[in-house]
Amino acid sequence: MAITREQVLHVARLARLRIPEGEVEAVQAQLGAILDAVSKVSELDLAGAEPTSHPLDLVNTWDEDISRPSLPREEALANAPDPAENAFRVPSAG
Amino acid sequence: MTWEPVIGLEIHVQLKTRTKMFCRCANVWGEDPNTRTCPVCLAHPGVLPVPNRRAIEWTVKLGLALGCEVAPRAVFARKNYFYPDLPKGYQISQYEQPLCGPGRFVVPGPAGDHEIGIVRAHLEEDAAKTIHVGGAAGRIHGAETSLVDFNRGGTPLVEIVSEPDLRSAEQAKRFLQLLRQTVVELGISDAEMEKGSLRCDANVSVRRAGEAGYRTKTELKNMNSFTFVARGIEAEVERQIATYEAGGEVVQETLHFDPQTGSITPLRSKEEADDYRYFPEPDLVPVAPPAELVASLAAAIPELPGARIRRLEQEIGFDLAEGLVTSGRDRLYERVEGDRRAVANVIMNQLAGAGVDTERVDPAELGRLIEARERMPRTVFDEAIGRAAEPGFSAAPYLEQQAVSDAGELEPAISAVLAAHPDQVAAYRGGKDGLLGFFVGQVMKATGGKANARVVSELVRERLGA
Ligand SMILES: [Zn+2]
Repeated sequence: MAITREQVLHVARLARLRIPEGEVEAVQAQLGAILDAVSKVSELDLAGAEPTSHPLDLVNTWDEDISRPSLPREEALANAPDPAENAFRVPSAG
Repeated sequence: MTWEPVIGLEIHVQLKTRTKMFCRCANVWGEDPNTRTCPVCLAHPGVLPVPNRRAIEWTVKLGLALGCEVAPRAVFARKNYFYPDLPKGYQISQYEQPLCGPGRFVVPGPAGDHEIGIVRAHLEEDAAKTIHVGGAAGRIHGAETSLVDFNRGGTPLVEIVSEPDLRSAEQAKRFLQLLRQTVVELGISDAEMEKGSLRCDANVSVRRAGEAGYRTKTELKNMNSFTFVARGIEAEVERQIATYEAGGEVVQETLHFDPQTGSITPLRSKEEADDYRYFPEPDLVPVAPPAELVASLAAAIPELPGARIRRLEQEIGFDLAEGLVTSGRDRLYERVEGDRRAVANVIMNQLAGAGVDTERVDPAELGRLIEARERMPRTVFDEAIGRAAEPGFSAAPYLEQQAVSDAGELEPAISAVLAAHPDQVAAYRGGKDGLLGFFVGQVMKATGGKANARVVSELVRERLGA
């Protein structure tokens, strides 16, 4: 299945990835190969087959609404590159 | 040439479960920043979400109250986008298979019922709270850095999407108020717009009366009070009509309504924003609400506000019925004996006006006050109303203070008032009946509020009668 250069750049932009100009074609070929491999599925007759959203044949795994302790704030903020005022400080998304 | 507004609402309701949607951090409001977080809601690598059973049950319950079909099988999906309040880079939401499918919600209006279509009600996790600092204070655009508090991140949120079935700002507000009261009575959310536990976006377009299909719509974001929702929609409808009438075109965009200035400004372009690349959440298995669970939830739904408005409307008319029910004050109304209109009026006008908590009022004592109200001096009645919610309140001492109803006692005051207002007397005799209230008011004032208003009214009418 062919994927266009524009689609590659669009997906890259959505994923916040910068692809150097010289590599766009290579990525395009790789993504095309992946799509080709996946599209093999459509060679099968899948009329009436439910789409699989999860490999396990399970439903309703859930937990009761009972709270457990949270992290101490110092631990929660330990990996924050620029904590301020007890919060994660980040550049504004504007 | 008339234009018809076409409005659909997107409403977010924060569920007041004890814990978050996919981890067991406490779901609380107003705690110190970042004190209710864990590796799951901070999106540390390798963690796995576990759904909150109560949140799923409550969403089903809400769906049932909105007349929705409950899906036999619902699937969580990832909605992918980058924003500082979303640590995973995606929000767990529902997309193709929401928990609650199409429904119809009946909204009583002064001229009959409106059935508003519900597209869906689905369950998702809320984003963290972001405080923008630096730049122009308070405005989303001018901020330079943001402080992120993850206490709210990952808390359960129900999104309700209506069909574009609303035809005026007034109707949209009425729908939202009834929906809010329904949510509150189901006990699943505080649904307070000022606190953000109920949020509303509106999709707005206009079309020529009789025109088929819809024109381009815009999205008004996050209006945080019922009044702002109505005013925002009104302003946007006017803007679109003016645009078309000037020969222009409406552009699809997301808008921000500023209630201070009444102005509408674009938030961001829609071009890239909507490419969320939803796909089924691989870390969660589907939800298949068991039939017995759905049946027991359905059986537990009480008489809903919309039905109560229609029932009470028979006794007291639409406006009072709607006011009582959407403020939750009809609980007191139903327990107070006496003339239905008088009871409704006193609760909605006097009690509510005096800021009395109707939940704390003894219905029997209030009934006694209302029954005796015409025989009591108005000032005494007002004082009693103001204290009606105090512990151990009794009407008895107030009932002993009878208003002056004796004609002989009232005549001097009435004579003085009529003598002081010859022009009004002449106008009344000339047919301005409405002045009767003015004379009664003057006599009440002259007697320090102690006169029986009904008796004064009769006496004045006699004196001025032809
Ligand atoms: Zn957590």
